[in-house]
Amino acid sequence: MAVQNRRDFLKSATFIGASAAGLSAKKTLAGIEESHPDDRMGVLVDTTVCIGCRSCEWACKDAHSLETDPLQSYQDNRSVFKDERRPSEKALTVVNEYNVAQNSNLPIDVKVQCMHCEDPACLSSCIVDAFTKHKDGTVTWDGDKCIGCRYCMVACPFQIPVFEYSKAIQPNIMKCDFCYDRTKEGLLPACVEICPVEALTYGKRDELIAVAKSRIKVKPEKYINHIYGEYEVGGTSWMYLAGIDFSKLNFVPLSNESAPGVSREIQHGLFKYFVPPLAIYALLGGIMWITKKKETVEEEG
Amino acid sequence: MEHILKPTPLKNKFITPGVIVLIALALNGIIFLAIRLIYGLGAVTNLDMQHPWGIWIAVDVACGVALAAGGFTTAALGHVIHREKYEALIRPALLTAMLGYTFVAFGVMIDLGRWYYIWHPLVFWNGNSPLFEVGICVMFYLTVLYIEFLPLVSERFIGKVFLPGILSKLNKPIDLLLRAFDRGLSKTMFIFVISGVVLSTLHQSSLGTLMVVAESKIHPLWHTPILPLLFLLSAISVGFPMVIFESLIASWSLKLKPELSLLSRLARIIGPLLFIYFAFKLGDMVIRGTYVYLAEINTVSIMFTIELVFGVIIPLRMFFSDRVIKTKWGLFTASSLVIFGVALNRINTFLVSYDPPYAVKSYFPSIGEISLTVGMIALLVLLYRAAVLIFPVISLPDKALVPKSKYEIRGGKS
Repeated sequence: MAVQNRRDFLKSATFIGASAAGLSAKKTLAGIEESHPDDRMGVLVDTTVCIGCRSCEWACKDAHSLETDPLQSYQDNRSVFKDERRPSEKALTVVNEYNVAQNSNLPIDVKVQCMHCEDPACLSSCIVDAFTKHKDGTVTWDGDKCIGCRYCMVACPFQIPVFEYSKAIQPNIMKCDFCYDRTKEGLLPACVEICPVEALTYGKRDELIAVAKSRIKVKPEKYINHIYGEYEVGGTSWMYLAGIDFSKLNFVPLSNESAPGVSREIQHGLFKYFVPPLAIYALLGGIMWITKKKETVEEEG
Repeated sequence: MEHILKPTPLKNKFITPGVIVLIALALNGIIFLAIRLIYGLGAVTNLDMQHPWGIWIAVDVACGVALAAGGFTTAALGHVIHREKYEALIRPALLTAMLGYTFVAFGVMIDLGRWYYIWHPLVFWNGNSPLFEVGICVMFYLTVLYIEFLPLVSERFIGKVFLPGILSKLNKPIDLLLRAFDRGLSKTMFIFVISGVVLSTLHQSSLGTLMVVAESKIHPLWHTPILPLLFLLSAISVGFPMVIFESLIASWSLKLKPELSLLSRLARIIGPLLFIYFAFKLGDMVIRGTYVYLAEINTVSIMFTIELVFGVIIPLRMFFSDRVIKTKWGLFTASSLVIFGVALNRINTFLVSYDPPYAVKSYFPSIGEISLTVGMIALLVLLYRAAVLIFPVISLPDKALVPKSKYEIRGGKS
């Protein structure tokens, strides 16, 4: 019996190993549309160019039918920069201003929105698979499936998804959808389209990285040599350039490992083809059978 | 055998002063539940965009699941390894697990923004999500627990179904149904018992996997890739202390003589189980070098130290002391400490160690959140009390069976 168990165990161990290897080769994870690196789109945000006019905030609300003040009021009102703001159910993107530049009095403005990760933690964690990563890299949320558990908010390393706490019925999870409805039809994302200083560049992700690298190369005194989002959590569709260390602009320092990677490996280790659960089941059944038999023998003897 | 124990419905009165207090607490909780349902989560909770999970997840779900571990640990001990002397402890543990998991499922539902979609995970699967695994396992395990409880229902009511008035027409069909269940289950129960244990090991560990994904937000003292293993080991080590704790509380509340010798024997198993948990927790800390965080004194290091010293080390020493586990108070104190330790571990992992990157204020539960959690626990205790009065859950020395001394004579003991 012991030999049999060990053999079973070895068999299942190789089984799991093989299936895990197969998985990493194909990369057909639930919710992620198969795509070629060439399909991936992105936005390069140059924080050294942004003037903090907040037109993108207005355009975003306008494109997503959210309540908004007139565009002019955004450009005039600078008092909002007093406190650091985060995306909310009323604004899917916000601009924050930091007065941290070392050799200049000019403030640095940083637009915040969903980063559209290459391997999104929200998507991998979602209990009902309500997120989709589209061919072009856009990560969207499906309101019909969502049960409102808010695990995506726990999982997101950038703390982006928000929840409508004030609604009793059909509260939504909300986040930037990269204007998927617009880009599908060949339009630019609303924020990119309105930006008056071209701080936002929309394009193929690979090409954007090349653009970013050449900007750093041409003006090394203007930029630090770091493209935030190129490698962070396995890469993101939105990427940032800055003239100062990103941690001073309140970016989360993150590793280059995919955010949900470890969690997913554990899940797959425990569950691939249901081998481990079935193995425990068989083991317990075996123990139950043996001890039962022993007991009967004892009782008889 | 000193005496023969037989599960019997108790004859105590349901209403006592304590019960009235519990009813008041439950009603208070229900008021807040109504507010939550009508005005949404924001109206009763202190949750925000940075803190999406509060005590309804950390206490109602995480602690609830851990502290209901008595169900699968006693099932494994009594039915799988066939230590039948513990038979008397299995039914109370089963009842606690059944009510505990009902409470967990209910707690999750209240916390869900769209609670009426709680069935969605059955249809929309995501095998990558630890939460999906927890959800599915809890649903199945809850079903298994109710099936495991069915024999108690048939035992109590077969031949005794007397519904009043117009419902009396149903007496015969219900009786036949109970008999059918009883016949079917007596042959197949082992399938459910093993399923229960397997499902428990799976979701107890996956509950730990939940927080693995939030690596950048959880303090390194708690965040480790072996979080699922630690959750499983701590759940296994808290199962029997929970059984002892409940057994003693029930004996005081229902004015019964506690089965001290049986509980002491059970307590002997706890020491080694707790030691395994302690060894892994300590080993994990040493290997990852996280002990450096204990050198600075702040909330997390203090909470971690309390958890480890009072929740693991002290009760570990106590359970290895013969003197302690032979006394009622020793057993009670040591068991309470383990329960405290595991509950604190869950709260620490889900709340205390959770530090989101852009939080402007920290989370503390609102009156509404606390009221609802307390109310549900009160309701749970009330249901437990009602159940032991109706069903044969708690074993009493059976006077009618004592004269069976023939066996002892045959056994050679003169």
